[in-house]
Formats: sequence, C-alpha cells, structure tokens
Amino acid sequence: MRRAAVLAAAAVTLLLTAPATAAAQCPRTSLGDIEDEVMCPVCGTPLGLATDAPQAERERAFIERLIADCRSKDEIKTALAAQFGDAVLALPGDAEDDDLGDVLVYVVPALGIALAAGGIAFAVVRWRRARGPRERQASGAGEGQRRLDADMERYEL
Amino acid sequence: MRRVFAPVPIAVICAVLALVALLAYGLAANEPDRGAEEALSSGTRQPAPPLELPRLSGNGTESLEDYRGTVVVLNFWASWCKPCREESPLLDRWHERMKRGGGTVLGVDTLDLTTDARDFISEYELSYPMLRDGEGETRESFGIVGFPETFVIDRRGRIAAVRRGPVDDAFMRSQVAPLLRQGA
Repeated sequence: MRRAAVLAAAAVTLLLTAPATAAAQCPRTSLGDIEDEVMCPVCGTPLGLATDAPQAERERAFIERLIADCRSKDEIKTALAAQFGDAVLALPGDAEDDDLGDVLVYVVPALGIALAAGGIAFAVVRWRRARGPRERQASGAGEGQRRLDADMERYEL
Repeated sequence: MRRVFAPVPIAVICAVLALVALLAYGLAANEPDRGAEEALSSGTRQPAPPLELPRLSGNGTESLEDYRGTVVVLNFWASWCKPCREESPLLDRWHERMKRGGGTVLGVDTLDLTTDARDFISEYELSYPMLRDGEGETRESFGIVGFPETFVIDRRGRIAAVRRGPVDDAFMRSQVAPLLRQGA
C-alpha cells in the first residue's frame, strides 16, 4: 500500500514537471533577434527598421506564431524564405545561392580597412622623414645660439 | 592653373563624377516600366509580359498564355493592402459577369503570406482564380510599384488598359465591357 502511494506520488510529480522540461527544451528565440536578420520585402529594409508598414506587421505576426510554436531561429528563417524567397534573408551567406556577393561583402570592407591603414602608415612615415631634417636643422641653430651667448658673456662690450 | 592639373584635384573630381554617375544609374535602374501606358497613350497596345506562376491553392502552375482568347483582368494584390479589400468584392462581381462573355479576373497574390492570402479569399468569398508570387518577381516586368494594380488584357494577349490603384465600377465598365462585347 505504501509502495503504491510512493509510485502514485512519483507519477504525479513526473506529470507536473513534464511541461516545464519540454519548455526548457524548446529552442526559444525572440522577435528582436530575428528582426535584424530578415528583410521586409515590400519596404526593402531590414524588418527591424520597418516600423509601420502593413506587410512588416504581418511578417512580425508570422514570426511570433512560429516562435510560439517553439520553432528555432533557423527554422523560422527557412519558413520566411519559403514564403518570400531568399531575398528575405538579410545576412550574406544565409541564402543558399553561394554567390560572389556573399564573399565580397566581407572582402571589400576588409580590403578598405587594410588600404586605409596602409595609407595612414605611409603618411606617418613620410611625415616623420620630413620632420627629421627640420628638427636637426632647428637643433643645429640652437647650438649656434648657445655658442654666441657664451662668447658674448666672455667679452665685455 | 598648375594646381588644377595636380593629381589630387583630378582624383577628387573623378571620384565626384563617378559618384554622380552611380547615383544617376541607380535612379534610372529603379525607374518602373511604364511601357504599357506609353503604348496606350500613343494609341497602340503592347503584348503583356509573360507570366507563369503557381496557383495559390498549391496545385500546379498557370500562365497568362493559358488564357489567350479570353479577356483577362489581371489584378496584383496582397492581403495586407487596404485598398485591395475595397476592390475585391467588385472584382468578384465582375468575374461572374465576365465568365458569361468569355473573360476572367485573374488575381496574383504578391509578397504575401499564403495563410493570410487564403484567409482573405475566404473572408471575401472570392471565386476567381488566384496565382501566387511570394517573391514579387513579376513586379519588374509589369512595372508594379504599389498595390493594387490592374491590367486589362485583350483576347490577343495585349494590354488594353492599366489602373495603378484600386479599380472601380466606372473603370470596369469603360475598359472591360467593350472588350467583352468584341467577342472572340
């Protein structure tokens, strides 16, 4: 009898904790997390920037429904691409087309930064080279002045 | 004078000119196609661009060519578009009239969620055939910039009238009814 009561209590505990465990396993994402990575196809801007567009509101509602259905971020993006095509995916490389643009979008800024850094380094080197002789010239003039002052002190005019 | 031809000013001028050219190209490239209206204003009808899309129901595809020989009112719409709500019942009434005279309304649900579009059709009890263009691929060929937009296509597949915005009964009477009377 006591054993049956323990088993019943264990079963009730299991039933009560099961939904919580399932919720913990649900790959929750948020609307804010997805909004920046997908486009509003009508507005031509990321969904996060399309605040008032009716189509954007529908898209947000669709995403929220999928979040409530416990769908992961990748699954939601796939569902959006199935509705609006790959153009709805804002991040390069998300679309499955593997085109040159996905590479260039990373390479071009990197090249720009490298060129800018090189230009700055080149300008600094040139500036230091130009500054060197001027300083030497200035320091040479200082030495002469000191000698003149010393001579002036030695002679009583 | 010597300073103008120095390398730096020339490079700056070239960069500015390139930027202006790029902006001009961007503006020109985004200009919607208004060829149909231009042809109509000069008294001619240009052939409708080819269009082949999946049915909104999900069963197969349909093309505009399938409707050759009938008058087609090709209506681009979306469930999130408020003016589309106003014109849809009118289009459905006209679809019933057109069927008798050898014509049809053909809806193209564009940049829309399938579930929302189907709910819209149920809500307004629309009976005319519907195609789906989720990616909005046909917008460019028809020069569509907003919703709704409607093209009246004659029995020979040429654009006979264009309405950028919701249609009304006067438009349908003046542009569609004469084509129906012309017969096959």
